[in-house]
Amino acid sequence: MGMNVQGRPTQQVAESVAPSSTFTGNRALQIEESLIFEKNAFDETGVDLPEPVGVNRLGAHARQSPINLPGLSEPETMRHYVRLSQKNFSIDSGPFPLGSCTMKHNPRLNEKMARLPGFADIHPLQPQSTVQGALELIDELAHWLLELTGMPAVAMSPKAGAHGELCGMMAIKAALIDRGEAKSRTRVLAPESAHGTNPATAAQCGFTVDAIPADETGRIDLEALRQKMGPDVAAIMVTNPNTCGLFERDIRAIADAVHEAGGYFYCDGANFNAIAGKVRPGDLGVDAMHINLHKTFSTPHGGGGPGAGPVVLSEALAPFAPVPYVVKEGGRYHLVETRRAAEAEGESHAGGRLTAFHGQMGMFVRALSYMLSHGGDGIRQAAEDAVLNANYVLARLKAEMTPAFDGYCMHECLFDDEFLKGTGVETIDFAKAMIDEGYHPMTMYFPLVVHGAMLIEPTESESKQELDRFCDALLSIARRAKAGDQSLKTAPHFAPRRRLDETGAARNPVLRWTPAE
Amino acid sequence: MTVRYTKDHEWVRMDGDVAVVGITAHAAEQLGDVVFVELPSKGASFKQHADMAVVESVKAASDVFAPISGEIVDVNTAIVDDPARVNADPAGEAWFVKMKPADPAEFDGLMDEAAYNAFTENA
Repeated sequence: MGMNVQGRPTQQVAESVAPSSTFTGNRALQIEESLIFEKNAFDETGVDLPEPVGVNRLGAHARQSPINLPGLSEPETMRHYVRLSQKNFSIDSGPFPLGSCTMKHNPRLNEKMARLPGFADIHPLQPQSTVQGALELIDELAHWLLELTGMPAVAMSPKAGAHGELCGMMAIKAALIDRGEAKSRTRVLAPESAHGTNPATAAQCGFTVDAIPADETGRIDLEALRQKMGPDVAAIMVTNPNTCGLFERDIRAIADAVHEAGGYFYCDGANFNAIAGKVRPGDLGVDAMHINLHKTFSTPHGGGGPGAGPVVLSEALAPFAPVPYVVKEGGRYHLVETRRAAEAEGESHAGGRLTAFHGQMGMFVRALSYMLSHGGDGIRQAAEDAVLNANYVLARLKAEMTPAFDGYCMHECLFDDEFLKGTGVETIDFAKAMIDEGYHPMTMYFPLVVHGAMLIEPTESESKQELDRFCDALLSIARRAKAGDQSLKTAPHFAPRRRLDETGAARNPVLRWTPAE
Repeated sequence: MTVRYTKDHEWVRMDGDVAVVGITAHAAEQLGDVVFVELPSKGASFKQHADMAVVESVKAASDVFAPISGEIVDVNTAIVDDPARVNADPAGEAWFVKMKPADPAEFDGLMDEAAYNAFTENA
């Protein structure tokens, strides 16, 4: 037996010279992936199918030209989509501090529950006697939502926040029609800082939108609001906590003002995560509020899955709720699916049907899993921790960055670009520099009422260690900007792509792949 | 030729008895690269401060308000076809609409250039 002479250097080479580029365009294991259509596999097929036999009855409808779909094999297909997925940033890759989006952790328990065959493998058209568990789950989730919001009725079928807004505003419109006031009450009030969906929803329902100014603390100017009230006001749309991350302290007075004027109070529930288990919207005078199950109750979103936006309704609006809804009778559950069936049950559901089926079942399962695993006290603690985390970030970042408003915040903290004045660095550059540091940027340039806004929502999911790393990175960027580091202007430097030509993409969008000539 | 300005960053210039309306260079710079413009139709009438047109940049969508009351007599379709013109020459070639003023007093009530410049510096 001789000595093994296959030794190789196992220490770092003292001096290394890095190449400026690679032959393939790949950077180590970061693969430069082409579009699936660019793989030029049109003449190939990944699956062998038998030639059809017998008479082709398609006649003139038979395809005349090749279908031109890439025919990749299974390993090629797997690699393509796995490589694409590796370019994606998600809450499972790192903190996702998008303000107003509540990108909290999606517990794996939710996923396990949603994959139970009794929930995953059912069809909305199968006999109700065979899906009793699913109907019970919808009913139980509805009960939790009513309990948490202190409201008497809920519509489960809306499929996202904006869809929920539409449902709520349509209920308000229906109530006004019922009162014979639809023609006279045409104005909807919304703060200047509102989510864009608020005025869009109001306009979609045929209302005109009137902006409510904010006071110097970032909240609704109550006096200005009172002056805007009148017999033509249909509703007010308010987010609480608002999009500046602040609790509207005058919320009861705001509700009273709109009710005295004969209008309704629509609350945008996008920020319910900050107050769930702490405050019941029903106690604040809310008439309708959507709940983003995908924000508050941890179901995946932002490309990770469909949203779900159930809407809770007050006594005044409950008769205008849509169908379907679940009822329990003698230990059995059934769906009431039409207005007429609701009337036969002695209920008014004048809203009719809003979607084809019953809502986002998969999200219902995940949301109820979250509720049951956390319990009422856990949901309250999640809200408290979300607010604590945001205030910790606010307190640390204050050292270099300029908060838009004084005082504590709720679940998100808002900065303006005052601290960047004179540095040549703007909010957009700051956000791109965050990508270089491995962080998804916060919400930028929103709300519109704050110049160069940076809205950070850390959520309750992040540990103190993670928040500290995040704050250290942002403080470092802020200090570099103030020290005149012009490399920030061209960040990101280490991402697979640098600055994209957003103007070119908006002016000349290329939405379809076409083969090279 | 006298040009008057609004707090919402529109300019208006009298060309005979027709008012030419556009957005200011300050507004165009703040918006960034304009990618979309929506104009009212000819013959439409607007009250002063009513939203009349939409201008969209990569950053944001904004309403353009009627600086004075009146009827739209002409619209500049060239900026709809090529929104980049709004950034290139906001005060000249990239005018938005021409209006027949309903009340000449409204024009006189707007800011002159010195007042507008002071307004944007303080904003």
